[in-house]
Amino acid sequence: MTTDVLHDCVLGQSHGQQVLFVPKDRYIATLRKLIDDSYTMCVDLTAVDFLTHPGRTLPEAIAPERFEIVVNLLSMRDRTRMRLRTQVSEANASIDSAFDLYPGTEAMEREVFDMFGITFNGHPDLTRILMPEDWDGHPLRKDYSQGRIPVQFKGSAS
Amino acid sequence: MSDLLSTVVSAGTFEGNQELRSRSELTAKEVMREVGAVLRMSEADVALLAEVEADPGEDQTMIINMGPQHPSTHGVLRLMLELKGETVLRCKPIIGYLHTGMEKTGESLTFMQGGTNVTRMDYASPLNNELVFSMATEKLLGIDGDIPERAVWMRMLLSEMNRMSSHLLFMASNGMDIGAVSMMLYGWREREEVLRFFQKVTGLRMNHNFIRPGGVAADLPAGWRDDVLEILEMLGPRLDEYDTLMTGQPIWRERLQGVGVITRDEAIALGATGPILRSTGLAWDLRRDMPYLNYKDVDFDVIVGSYGDAFDRYAIRLAEIRESMRIVRQILDKMPGGDFRIQNKKVTPPPRARIDESMEALIHHFKIFTEGFKVPEGEVYVAIESPRGEIGCYIASDGSATPYRMHVRAPSFVNVQALPHMMRGGLVADAVAVISSVDPVLGEVDR
Repeated sequence: MTTDVLHDCVLGQSHGQQVLFVPKDRYIATLRKLIDDSYTMCVDLTAVDFLTHPGRTLPEAIAPERFEIVVNLLSMRDRTRMRLRTQVSEANASIDSAFDLYPGTEAMEREVFDMFGITFNGHPDLTRILMPEDWDGHPLRKDYSQGRIPVQFKGSAS
Repeated sequence: MSDLLSTVVSAGTFEGNQELRSRSELTAKEVMREVGAVLRMSEADVALLAEVEADPGEDQTMIINMGPQHPSTHGVLRLMLELKGETVLRCKPIIGYLHTGMEKTGESLTFMQGGTNVTRMDYASPLNNELVFSMATEKLLGIDGDIPERAVWMRMLLSEMNRMSSHLLFMASNGMDIGAVSMMLYGWREREEVLRFFQKVTGLRMNHNFIRPGGVAADLPAGWRDDVLEILEMLGPRLDEYDTLMTGQPIWRERLQGVGVITRDEAIALGATGPILRSTGLAWDLRRDMPYLNYKDVDFDVIVGSYGDAFDRYAIRLAEIRESMRIVRQILDKMPGGDFRIQNKKVTPPPRARIDESMEALIHHFKIFTEGFKVPEGEVYVAIESPRGEIGCYIASDGSATPYRMHVRAPSFVNVQALPHMMRGGLVADAVAVISSVDPVLGEVDR
């Protein structure tokens, strides 16, 4: 992976797309700098659980962790995209919320919390968004087995 | 309040903290954030916003539930509204009633089967979902530059026809929401003509699984050109009828103009895309600004509004149908011959006729549909312009035949966040017009 440096973070390429590997402690500070670089819209924020695929390709300076927060930014001025990948460990599955910089991440961060159990510090309303409030577990984690809940129909004979 | 809560609980829709909480349970700062005050405004502006309601006190407001079962919520969208009289003070969309774990399902389907999954997300524009998924897969495979020209033009044709059918559906549902019930019938009628064309091409009216990694599933049927021309000829005068029926009509304008206003900065901050963003006057269309397929070779206009209200969003969609027709006309002229899918044995199954005469072809066919094809390790994000805004597909692959993680950036999911902001200070009767003008598809919101 050919790498470069932007805002003291490793800048890589993935299929011709810019990927910035941001350490967790400089996540918000880097976002702030990127806003000044005209990346004013956060189009997407999601996460990946790399539990069963730890040997993925990363730049040398980046130590892999279980979770990765993936943020896709858009610059309408330059018509470019920038993807941020931040490693989040299983032991401390939390990261600062980007809500104050990008209010549009409100629902996306709630979705990541709901699906992966990663908490966002400073999020105004960190509740489940897609799953019911009393649901156990976080479905998109790789150790959450599919089809664990038996299908039941109300009023069925069994 | 407690009475209301108990009815909600007994109805089995209690969602705990996901719901809109009463003012007494919240701090001033939380209320401020909930009303959408943190939109990169100065503190003075935020204070102005806060003055509108000036803390009316618990006994003067009422929290009511709209949905999840309500004819005007476009599916199972549930809104909790705090009202003072007829004025909406706060609003919170509660989603997830249609959540079926499609992103989790996507992890166990091969790249070949993935199209059947994503096409069910935004069921009003299924072909755009398939297109973005296929483009992401092709980029991972490194074959995105090798797709045959005919396949690319066919994808554009289907994508634009789909934009027409989706916007026609919007015309129908928007008309119904505002009270122009006859419009609902006309919109559905015209959409059906487009769906009939899809049925002829793909075999199905919806959920086609027609655009697949490597190209499309089949060639265009005989007589497709006449079918398209017929639709284009029929649609032009019908759109003029819509203009007569709605655009210039005083009641229609009264219902929509100045309703659900959003500014450009707010739309960008909230991540809203598509007609919502363009209604604020910002000409941002991925087809023109970050071209994919062959959109750089066709001539079309990006339609923008100037007030950011519900009427602008209606007018933009109506004009976008006309622009799509213009694009389709150019596609008819430029459609080349040749292959409709890539001749790469890795991703393309052998033709049906070969299976009868060759054992190897039979095995190959069997393996490609049962085991799928392996996609190199890597991650990629591809975005295109769907009728609702930017639809993106993020795929992380671990080198196997199924995506390690498949995430769809659904435009409706993000656009729904703009609802509380658009509704603030408006009338409860306008709430329906605002939801309608966002045009959310709940299959995509909840995935």
